[in-house]
Amino acid sequence: MAPIVNVRGLGSCLGGAQILSGITCTIERGEVVAIVGSSGSGKSTFLRALNYLTPFSEGEVEIAGQRLRPGLSERTHAGELRAVRTRVGMVFQSFHLFPHLTVMGNIVEAPCQVLGTEARAARRSAEALLERVGLTAYAEALPRTLSGGQQQRVAIARALAMEPEVLLLDEPTSALDPRLVGEVLAVIADLAAGGQTMLIVTHEMAFARRVANRVLVLAGGSIVESGTPAEVLDRPQTAATRELLGKV
Amino acid sequence: MSVSRAAISPRGYRETSLLLFAVFLAAAAAAQEGADDSLAQVQTRGVLRWAGDVQGGEPYVYQDPEDHTRLLGFEVEIAEDLARRIGARAEFVQNDWQNLIPSLERGDFDVILNGLEITENRLARVAFTRPYYAFTETLMVRREQTSVRALADLRGHRVGTLANSLAFDIVQAAPGIDVVIYEGVEEPYIDLEQGRLDGVVLDNVIAKRYGAVHARLMTAATVGDGIYAAAVRPADRALLAALNDALGEMIAEGKLRSILTRWQLWDERQAGLTVGEPRAAPTHGAVRESSLPRLTMEHLLLFVRGAGFTIVISTLAMVLAVSGGLLLSVARRYGGLLPRATAAGYIQLFRGTPVLLQLYVLYYGLAPLLTLNAFTAAVIGLGMNYAAYEAEIYRAGLEAVPIGQTEAALALGMSRALALRRIVLPQALRVALPGIANDFIALLKDSSLVSVITVVELTKQMTITAVDLRGWFLPGLLCASLYLSMSYPLARLAQRLERRLSLGTS
Repeated sequence: MAPIVNVRGLGSCLGGAQILSGITCTIERGEVVAIVGSSGSGKSTFLRALNYLTPFSEGEVEIAGQRLRPGLSERTHAGELRAVRTRVGMVFQSFHLFPHLTVMGNIVEAPCQVLGTEARAARRSAEALLERVGLTAYAEALPRTLSGGQQQRVAIARALAMEPEVLLLDEPTSALDPRLVGEVLAVIADLAAGGQTMLIVTHEMAFARRVANRVLVLAGGSIVESGTPAEVLDRPQTAATRELLGKV
Repeated sequence: MSVSRAAISPRGYRETSLLLFAVFLAAAAAAQEGADDSLAQVQTRGVLRWAGDVQGGEPYVYQDPEDHTRLLGFEVEIAEDLARRIGARAEFVQNDWQNLIPSLERGDFDVILNGLEITENRLARVAFTRPYYAFTETLMVRREQTSVRALADLRGHRVGTLANSLAFDIVQAAPGIDVVIYEGVEEPYIDLEQGRLDGVVLDNVIAKRYGAVHARLMTAATVGDGIYAAAVRPADRALLAALNDALGEMIAEGKLRSILTRWQLWDERQAGLTVGEPRAAPTHGAVRESSLPRLTMEHLLLFVRGAGFTIVISTLAMVLAVSGGLLLSVARRYGGLLPRATAAGYIQLFRGTPVLLQLYVLYYGLAPLLTLNAFTAAVIGLGMNYAAYEAEIYRAGLEAVPIGQTEAALALGMSRALALRRIVLPQALRVALPGIANDFIALLKDSSLVSVITVVELTKQMTITAVDLRGWFLPGLLCASLYLSMSYPLARLAQRLERRLSLGTS
């Protein structure tokens, strides 16, 4: 079976500065990949290139059966981008829930508006998702009344409502009060156990070790190390990884 | 207390009051005789301040097109001659024509000399000199209206005239005519030609100069006649007498005739003036007391009607402004180069020029290309102007929505347009709502400007009634309270929206 993500020679230039260069990797269906690196290493840019939220300038991405290339525009390639984004979900560091919609409204918005799912069916799947993230009681609440951890769980449910083949999570716990990190990680671990393909940019090394099949280390816009958590985190091969892990 | 009360029997009371009244009358008469240094004042000052409105235009009083500091007109020449004869220099005071009499009463000038027709109502209020001009009221129509022979033929039609003129009284007295009020003499004929009116009644002097120049218009009938005279405050008897003597001299010497002839105003009617007796000043006080109109139920209904017009015009204009503003702000933020530049230019143009000017251009300026009726022009004019302001309010609202909202929407597969419609705009609107409500309040008040294009809304109704009642206080109070009763609920709404919004963001 072909890999679900296939990145070849990905490079990105922003205002003359090289943010990413020569990133090549493949990810299999069902894999959970943790992407780690110091800030400015390009890990978020890499993740956002995978659904073209941040355009890239070199290379090629194949994801969930769709192809992305440099030079696509939101206006003229709306159809191609839509095809990718309906198959690739994303969870942001600061949630970006829609504040004018209820929790339920946030979850059913895209299925109804983008996929044309019938409202009642969308609500039924949303209820199932809310149960999965432990927020059944909050369906009619407005996002601002929820804690950060609850909001991030709603954001995960919102992404899952599109039944994505790949889920991209961009530092999903970095904006959270430390007390609330656990509830979000528990949900992600549960997804991993259910076979959801995920790419997670994270600083939580212990979590990466527990949940990820593979760890990618980015430094200076390139992948400097890749392997199982045991390989990368216990026996780092490069200075960059050792520095990141505080094992200088 | 009880003693003194018993002392004044009903009869005694009457006698006492009669006595008091006699004393009062004598004192008042003495005060009047003694206080009338009106002529002496003018002579000491060496200046006779006379008032008119240059908007009345040629041939009355108007600016010399070659030299804007100079005034021309047959009344300028009469005023200068009169002033010279009573030993003073004439000094012109510009005053809105409708309010010449209140301003005279306030003491802003000494005499009105500006096509002021002698009417019953005015006789109760000012003292007229002997007349200096006899005119007729001319009904003009379009050439194709051959069946119109009298005002009665225009029943159920719109007829234009000047506010508070004799012509206005004549048109209003004719049953079933929809009177449309103007402040300038050019505009009614433009509207007649455009078909927005079916007749115009104005003094023959005006009709000849402003109406007859339109090739498509013709005179249908003469519907009345009257005389122009100068007016002074009733108490200024000495000044009145001096002016009457001076006018008599002008007539006797043929000076008036030569002035009128030079302005092509002389006709056989004027010959009658030379033998006419000076118009007696009214015995003021008694006349004034009994003839002063009061605020009636009918006035109140007119005010409510005016307020209704204000609300309807403002609401329709706001609907236009809100949707137009939305279009402009979206074009400006998300559009290509051309829509962006167009929207920016529109906003600059409409925010940077007075709405009064825009209304004039829309209604009169564009009339040859696009004939809008007054109501439509009012709604469109105000709506287009306010659209520019709403666009700026939306822009602030759009900028207040974090970029992450768009990103989250795009990441879910939404197109830019869908993200804008479903995610960004609803949030931007919430930010903009208090501003929109505030603008609606401003629009309610700005809607008074549409009176320049003949729409009678609340403020215009107030000025009409004020002139009718010869007092601004009560109509002003009534008008203000109606505006307040419309704007206060809106202000409360804006406040509540603001409070809700701040809760939403905290």
